[in-house]
Amino acid sequence: MGLRDVLLGWPVYRQLTGTDPLGRGAAAQSARSAGLTARTQDADRVARSVCPYCAVGCGQRVFVTDNQVTQIEGDPDSPISRGRLCPKGSASKSLVTSPLRQTTVRYRRPYGTEWEDLDLDTALDMIADRILAARAETWEDVDAEGRPLNRTLGISSLGGATLDNEENYLIKKLFTAMGALQIENQARI
Amino acid sequence: MANADVIVIQGSNMAEAHPVGFQWVMEAKRRGAKVFHVDPRFTRTSAVADAYLPIRAGTDIALLGGVVNYILANELDFREYVLAYTNAATIVSDEFVDAEDADGIFSGFDPETGSYVQDSWQYAGHERDSGGGETLTERETAAGLGHESHGAPLAGQVDRDETLQHPRCVYQILKRHFARYTPEMVERVCGLPQEKFLELARAWTENSGRERTGCLIYSVGWTQHTVGVQYIRTGAIIQLLLGNVGRPGGGVLALRGHASIQGSTDIPTLFNLLPGYLPMPHHAEHPSFDAWVNGIRHPGQKGFWGNARAYATSLLKAYWGDAATPENDFCYGYLPRLTGDHGTYRQVLDMIDGRIKGYFLLGQNPAVGSAHGRAQRLGMANLDWLVVRDLFMIESATFWQRGPEVATGEIVPEQCRTEVFFLPAASHVEKEGTFTQTQRLLQWREKAVDPPGDARSELWFFYHLGRRLREKLAGSPLPRDRALLDLTWDYPTHGPDAEPDAEAVLREINGYDTATGRPLSAFTEARDDGTTAVGCWIYTGVYADGVNQAARRRPGSEQDWVAAEWGWAWPANRRTLYNRASADPQGRPWSERKRYVWWDAAAGRWTGHDVPDFELTKPPSYRPPEGATGPAALAGDDAFVMQADGKAWLYAPSGVLDGPLPTHYEPAESPMRNPLYAQQANPTRKMYAHPVNPTNPSPPQEHSEVFPYVFTVSRLTEHHTAGGMSRTVRPLAELQPEMFVEVSPELATLVGLTHLGWAHLVSARAVIEAKVLVTDRLTPLRVDGRVIHQLWLPYHFGFEGLVTGDSANDLFGITLDPNVLIQESKIGTCDVRPGRRPTGAALRDLVEDYRTRAGIVPGTVPPAVTPGVPTGPAGSGGDGEGNG
Amino acid sequence: MVDQQRPPAMPAPAYDPAAEAGWAEAPPRMGFFTDTSVCIGCKACEVACKEWNGVPTSGLDLLGMSYDNTGALTANSWRHVAFVEQPRPAGHRTPPFAGTPTGDPVSAASAARAAGTTNPTGTDPGLPPGDPPAAARMTEFLGMPAAGPPGRTGSADGRSEFRWLMMSDVCKHCTRAGCLDVCPTGALFRTEFGTVVVQEDICNGCGYCVSACPYGVIDRRADDGRVWKCTLCYDRIGAGLTPACAQACPTESIQYGPLDELRERAAARVATLHERGVPEARLYGHDPDDGVGGDGAFFLLLDEPEVYGLPPDPQVTTHDLPRMWRRAGLAALAMAAGAAAAFLGGRR
Repeated sequence: MGLRDVLLGWPVYRQLTGTDPLGRGAAAQSARSAGLTARTQDADRVARSVCPYCAVGCGQRVFVTDNQVTQIEGDPDSPISRGRLCPKGSASKSLVTSPLRQTTVRYRRPYGTEWEDLDLDTALDMIADRILAARAETWEDVDAEGRPLNRTLGISSLGGATLDNEENYLIKKLFTAMGALQIENQARI
Repeated sequence: MANADVIVIQGSNMAEAHPVGFQWVMEAKRRGAKVFHVDPRFTRTSAVADAYLPIRAGTDIALLGGVVNYILANELDFREYVLAYTNAATIVSDEFVDAEDADGIFSGFDPETGSYVQDSWQYAGHERDSGGGETLTERETAAGLGHESHGAPLAGQVDRDETLQHPRCVYQILKRHFARYTPEMVERVCGLPQEKFLELARAWTENSGRERTGCLIYSVGWTQHTVGVQYIRTGAIIQLLLGNVGRPGGGVLALRGHASIQGSTDIPTLFNLLPGYLPMPHHAEHPSFDAWVNGIRHPGQKGFWGNARAYATSLLKAYWGDAATPENDFCYGYLPRLTGDHGTYRQVLDMIDGRIKGYFLLGQNPAVGSAHGRAQRLGMANLDWLVVRDLFMIESATFWQRGPEVATGEIVPEQCRTEVFFLPAASHVEKEGTFTQTQRLLQWREKAVDPPGDARSELWFFYHLGRRLREKLAGSPLPRDRALLDLTWDYPTHGPDAEPDAEAVLREINGYDTATGRPLSAFTEARDDGTTAVGCWIYTGVYADGVNQAARRRPGSEQDWVAAEWGWAWPANRRTLYNRASADPQGRPWSERKRYVWWDAAAGRWTGHDVPDFELTKPPSYRPPEGATGPAALAGDDAFVMQADGKAWLYAPSGVLDGPLPTHYEPAESPMRNPLYAQQANPTRKMYAHPVNPTNPSPPQEHSEVFPYVFTVSRLTEHHTAGGMSRTVRPLAELQPEMFVEVSPELATLVGLTHLGWAHLVSARAVIEAKVLVTDRLTPLRVDGRVIHQLWLPYHFGFEGLVTGDSANDLFGITLDPNVLIQESKIGTCDVRPGRRPTGAALRDLVEDYRTRAGIVPGTVPPAVTPGVPTGPAGSGGDGEGNG
Repeated sequence: MVDQQRPPAMPAPAYDPAAEAGWAEAPPRMGFFTDTSVCIGCKACEVACKEWNGVPTSGLDLLGMSYDNTGALTANSWRHVAFVEQPRPAGHRTPPFAGTPTGDPVSAASAARAAGTTNPTGTDPGLPPGDPPAAARMTEFLGMPAAGPPGRTGSADGRSEFRWLMMSDVCKHCTRAGCLDVCPTGALFRTEFGTVVVQEDICNGCGYCVSACPYGVIDRRADDGRVWKCTLCYDRIGAGLTPACAQACPTESIQYGPLDELRERAAARVATLHERGVPEARLYGHDPDDGVGGDGAFFLLLDEPEVYGLPPDPQVTTHDLPRMWRRAGLAALAMAAGAAAAFLGGRR
């Protein structure tokens, strides 16, 4: 920036020479203020999404810069919500970027008093082993009259109403194939 | 909804729980619609309604029954609609005895099982169609949920009296059943002054009919009761009598509380259902594939369930692919079998009793969000292992360390054996997939960013878990492992984490031709010979032409108000179900003002603003040939195409387990004796006799005065369910930062509570504390000569998160609706006292003291049938035994 | 949505202060019209504002002011939803509690009790300590003759009338803005949209503006000392977007647009409400002749302003011109000094 530019940009100079002799408007505008843009305008990409809270299904636009969510707001195109969001929907950015979110696997061993760290792959393997063991221990082939049961009542699951259809589909498919009947979700709560 | 002329909101606090959906109510209001809000408490919905009606919690059937009586007594029903589209004219068996004539119990009650044999409820001449003693099984397996998309069975033709004068026609039965539900009775039962009731009844009827329509809105304020299904039925009866179903601005709208709770019943994570409301087979009733399929389609019946064999076969093909052949009944034998109730509350009691080894929690927090939090936590403390998948460290993951039972010494970490895996989950912006919202609309979400750290989608977790299980079982000779090993489980993956392709799963849900892989366009293309595979038949069309229809986002501003090109609605992208009823029997719009779907005689097809819910070229004049079944048996004016007789049921001859007509029963816990019937509560309600699950006594039992107050719970706008997605989020947490209880000034004076002071509430299960808000928004009610005080609590609080507090759900016990096994968690009785609750062992002593004073015997349940109410032997009826 | 009722007399256009502030070809003056008659008190505005503007937390205490746990507009709350519980009739409506066994209303007493609580907001003066007598008066019947038919108000049984008012409050963006007048650094300035914005890169935290605001809006953050308030999303509106609060508002209680358009809409809305039996509907902050020259953010209220915690007759604290000129001169000097310092600093 040359000295001349500095001078021309100097509020006092602008105030004394410009249209704003009181220095209350155009002349008082700082360079930062003059350069302000909405961060959504500079986003690398926008994902079209749906609010994760209640079942109204309000449209959301998720703005991403440098692989970080920088804003989530209502999608004006949605005929359901017309761009509006309730306080929860409006807090979606804080939800997904919350510092309280757990991002690593935590493990509490039987009779343990503290959490421990655990590798994700190991956790998955341990869970698979436990499913097979629980299944083996509680498997029911037939009822008292010899009619097929093909099931285990040793495994339960609760959840699904906050998940995607595709996820629920795989959950139901896998549990059914495992013979694990006892899956439930918020629809019954 | 914006087209309604009157909107009745009951059992829902819509402005608070569904604020953005509420914009359509405000829109209707701007156009001049009258909005009524019926609720135990004056809420933010009441604040903008045209009229607020306070009601005693748990008495909605009495109020709605009063409206039915008002309509019938004054002949205000939309007669042409009622005659054409409902079963009002159908003649019912002479074996039927109404609850009105038998102290509140219908004919057919079996006191041994606490359930009904429904033979006597049938239409005349169909007495043996009900399936005999299946109702107990239906209750245990929550079969009512299966009726969500299809009516109950009924074969062949029925007798009708189009003059509606026959004493046993549905219209006359309905009239007699509700004759005692007068404005005076409404006042006596609900505590609602007659004038206010009449204001509602007048507005509702005056704004319905040919030119006008009214909309009824409910949510879990209705479903979470021991007679929840009957609440909804009563509302539906009113809407059918007034001609408000299948028409713009009409309907019975259920507002659901979770982003994809509709999706999770359509593609169920529920024990008793398979995708598309196909029932999970029962060990005794469905020994073979044929028995199972016939149990769904009821050979000889009208309607689209006639093709159930194709839906069932196609599901098994989607599950087991090439292994599923006609010779092996498409692997029907692989399906696990129900033997009874395997619902979430049964499971929790089984956990306490040590019968369950492992438990998955997938974005759900039962330690706070389920009824009887203490039972939930004690159950989780007695597992081999627990897998919690969530965004945050929720109460259900830390109960062993920080739960209230740790404070009372009931859970000692060093002695608690449950192994806990906490696996962080991906948020809604970190994965792609569809949610199904409350009006059955599927909307695709694009992925914005990768999940952080170890966080993964459920899609990832279950795909890789399944992959690993199959690897570990490879080569297993055990028959029980065949179902896993033969499973089609070959979804393409992408990215460094090998994330499964959600669109590939959606394509399987949609269904495809097994030979060519071509995605199906409509469920009518499903075949029963194994040439199609369909993951969820009602969703067929969502991937029509290989295009993700749920991802369509043509701006609403570029479409008409139906907005058919935004997302995709099941079935067949239809936005309003049964919309054939928006035209008269001849296919003409009932009025210009309410034009929606109509018959275009020149073109020879149905047309309109929506996808017609009818065979497109079947003319209104069509009459089925003798002996026709399935869709072909539907006449041109059978608007209710999924029903067995093509008619909407004012009277349900089967399918509803607690009676063919709604009847006012008191809640499982009530300070009041039932003013209408000797029978106190729903005689078929599901109760669990378990030491952890005592029930507060209700009249005529002794000691009900120990728990003299009625409490009800619900949501705040600022929080979400058990708080896992709001008490952890700072801008929400600060808006409602503490657990509180709302009381009327009258109750505050009576008990000695002060604004912003502490109070504690006691039930037979628990004691919790809360800050007191004394507010004019609550009122005592005068009910049957007594003054009843009601309190309200938010149920969002728990012991983790930025803001914490005691959990309201801890106060509830476990008693369920018999149809769908949903718990009664909108009303209970309690005592309330000023000050904070005790801590440690003294806390349990206080609850124990209350139980002793209330005379509660551990491990017992109150009588299902009120002592002194006679019940005839099972299967009898019509001979007056019920009056004994 | 604009009501399809007969158009009322066209309100006079609002004065546009942007030209006076040196904006040669200024766009139309933009503002908020907040229609409290359709507010459902959801607080989406509060949250959407915080999410967009990165506003810090304003504390985690239960205030007991009905459902208001924010308390006031502060440096950390740029939208504030007030809740007023009143034992008085609401328009044409039948009394909510007629015929129930009630005693005397308690809302005045609980409001007074709640007024004694404050919330550490991390700002200064932050949430002002409550005035219990004033709070109690807010729920009282304030001069509106009986809106309901005779006999409906009050009954032998005790309270029967009740209404629950909600209002999303915000900086008024005054036509004659006291805060701007007294700001010695030029941190506060009038934008081309006629709004009043604090420039966070200029504000030195002197606090003159805090006492100059007739509405008690502007407030200092304790940690950084600077003052903060609603900018009417200066960054968003510059890009042609709607401010975050108005964009989120589910019921269009908060409407954003050219002020003249909003004033027409507001006048029509008042007329409609009057026709529909809501005679208590009135506008606040719309009058160019009031003590602040009219507001850029104005309101449709259903009661006297005091009931919502608004001053009935706000006066710009700097209403004599010479004094304003002195301030302006001071401001210019301070700006010169500040600029010189920055300039020298930059050269170092």
